[in-house]
Amino acid sequence: MVLKRRHLLGIQDLKVEEMELILYQAKAFKEITQRRIKKVPTLRGQTVVNLFYEPSTRTRTSFELAAKWLSADVVNISTSTSSVVKGESLRDMAKTIEAMQADTIILRHGQSGAPHLLSNLVSSSIVNAGDGSHEHPTQSLLDIFTLLEHRPTLNGLVVGIVGDILHSRVARSNIWGLTKMGAKVVVVGPPTLIPVEIERIPVEVAYDLDKTIERFDVLMILRIQLERQQSNFFPSINEYVKFYGLNNERLKRAKEDVLIMHPGPINRGIEIAPEVADGPHSVITDQVTNGIAVRMAVLYLLATGWGEG
Amino acid sequence: MTKILIKGGRAVDPASPLDGKRDILIEEGEIRAIEEEIRCEEPEVRVIEAEGKIVTPGLIDIHTHLREPGREDEETIATGSAAAAKGGFTTILCMPNTEPPIDNHSLVKFIIDKSRTEAVGNVLPVGSISKGLEGESLSEIGQMVKGGAVAISDDGYPVINTELMRRALEYTRIFDIPVISHCEDTNLSKDGVMNEGYVSTILGMRGIPRAAEEVMVAREIILAELTGTKVHIAHVSTKGSLAMIKEAKRRGLKVTCEVTPHHLILTDEVVMGFDTNTRVNPPLRGREDVDALREGLAEGIIDAIATDHAPHALNEKELEYGLAPCGIVGLETALGLLLTEIVNKGVVSFFDLIAKLTIGPARILNLERGRLKVGSPADVIIIDPREEWVVDPSRFVSKSKNTPFNGWQLKGKTVVTIINGRIAVENGELV
Repeated sequence: MVLKRRHLLGIQDLKVEEMELILYQAKAFKEITQRRIKKVPTLRGQTVVNLFYEPSTRTRTSFELAAKWLSADVVNISTSTSSVVKGESLRDMAKTIEAMQADTIILRHGQSGAPHLLSNLVSSSIVNAGDGSHEHPTQSLLDIFTLLEHRPTLNGLVVGIVGDILHSRVARSNIWGLTKMGAKVVVVGPPTLIPVEIERIPVEVAYDLDKTIERFDVLMILRIQLERQQSNFFPSINEYVKFYGLNNERLKRAKEDVLIMHPGPINRGIEIAPEVADGPHSVITDQVTNGIAVRMAVLYLLATGWGEG
Repeated sequence: MTKILIKGGRAVDPASPLDGKRDILIEEGEIRAIEEEIRCEEPEVRVIEAEGKIVTPGLIDIHTHLREPGREDEETIATGSAAAAKGGFTTILCMPNTEPPIDNHSLVKFIIDKSRTEAVGNVLPVGSISKGLEGESLSEIGQMVKGGAVAISDDGYPVINTELMRRALEYTRIFDIPVISHCEDTNLSKDGVMNEGYVSTILGMRGIPRAAEEVMVAREIILAELTGTKVHIAHVSTKGSLAMIKEAKRRGLKVTCEVTPHHLILTDEVVMGFDTNTRVNPPLRGREDVDALREGLAEGIIDAIATDHAPHALNEKELEYGLAPCGIVGLETALGLLLTEIVNKGVVSFFDLIAKLTIGPARILNLERGRLKVGSPADVIIIDPREEWVVDPSRFVSKSKNTPFNGWQLKGKTVVTIINGRIAVENGELV
């Protein structure tokens, strides 16, 4: 089986079979990540460029390790060190990287659609590592991979995504991904942070976490950006925590075997209390570990698939 | 100047009203005769056969951006007016958001002088409402009007200060010119890049709610009532705006409005591909809005169709969607698009469409153009309703190519444009 596509730009346009293929491949790579010597020669001679226009530690490192464990050569470009500060456009940056024979470009960008623009400009394979509030496909794939380690299927699971849905690319990719895999998604947050007409995707919308928490098999807690308060999306962090912060008290009403996820980085004591983040329901560190395996699978399948497809 | 005789065409002039086979004689820049048959055997008469074609008044575009002075790399008075002529527009209004802005009589004079020597057609300047388009103090409106400004507007930079807008409306009452309002509450639209709705939700882009336009439309209607002055609402894009304008007209207020071809044809769904040529202000809206605009056109609530021709350099549009400037070029595609998508699909008749492109805008401005009338300036075009063509931006006369209609198959085209009795376009190409 090969992945018949050149780029991974989002989950929205991914078929279920494609997701299953990536997850299946990730399982094989996960086995490698558990070994003492974690390197395979699969992508030897390939060049992977991490092009990050936004600060990121975990996603960049995760992609970097994934590429390195596949024996690819990895270059990291981030805005602080690159010519972006000199005003070079994404187009020119992309052309430069392409001219250096990059096989794959992993792009993190603050603007929705930037990876799509890039895919129209260069012949390299593009992996979206998060674009604006649009999509973060590998995050969704690793979340689904993690859930499937704890549950036999996502069919019929009820997943609550809690927090700033409006600005969250993780929420969007997961809404598509989880729904395609048979789960039901409920987005929970203050009305100011729920984007309009989201019910049409379709997902269910709820504003009151306490009233809905008992329904969830999985709680995905999103990071709340502290600066949203300044734009009046909510009155104060304090008030946000009172209504949406996940602590042990609130968790008492949840299902006994509820799984707690968070894409990171965590604001401890804000959207999630430390005892919950580190508690028995949390699979947050599994998410991080699985992220590498899933990204290995994506890099491998994109590098080997589309040419032959 | 030579005489021109247009023979055998179907003449359509909503102002007269006229729809029938007529010959038209043009002499010394004026329409001399419109008759069922004109025989003229003088050798110096240039005869244009228009059998099977439609002869209409030259089109008037009440809303264009020519980028001169300041951004001559994107468009100039010469190239913009040439693009207009090619598209069938013989008269265009140019908005004042140039660099520097047209906010005083010497810049009005600059536009008029430059147009006299370089423009292909009639270019009429719009002066700014406020100095520097800053929304703080009134421009010297009277002197601009005396110098030739035909309207005032802070297009692109909505007047947020309601008191200033009130004074602008009151003050212009002396001159009987319209104040053209770009209705947008910039607090509501802040950081927005597209229509707020299902598509913006999916794409994760900050939306511009319809309310950003509608609260200002409501304000302008209230001010029109307060001051009794003419207000013209530019580029209406929502169902709600149109409902309020309809009601204002019913109450007899002097409120007029325009709509663009792109708002009549495209919905926000086209933003899905992240083509920055779909980024425009106001943004492309939803299906309900497009349907309402079409209905408003058919009902006659919309007074004019205007292109909002907004040229941008390729390097400025070849960016991330949220970083690209707003604007679509429209002069060369408007008529073909409207004939194909609006007339041929039965939204309005050819006759009614031409009204919105000729006498409609002329009435808003009190212009003695936009009609086929003996003694009027000879701005006349010939349209071949059957000519099929494909939009190819590389063939645009305009310096800028930012159109979302690249590759569209259209039917209907301007083949001859006569401006003030001079042939500017023949066989669809500039002379």
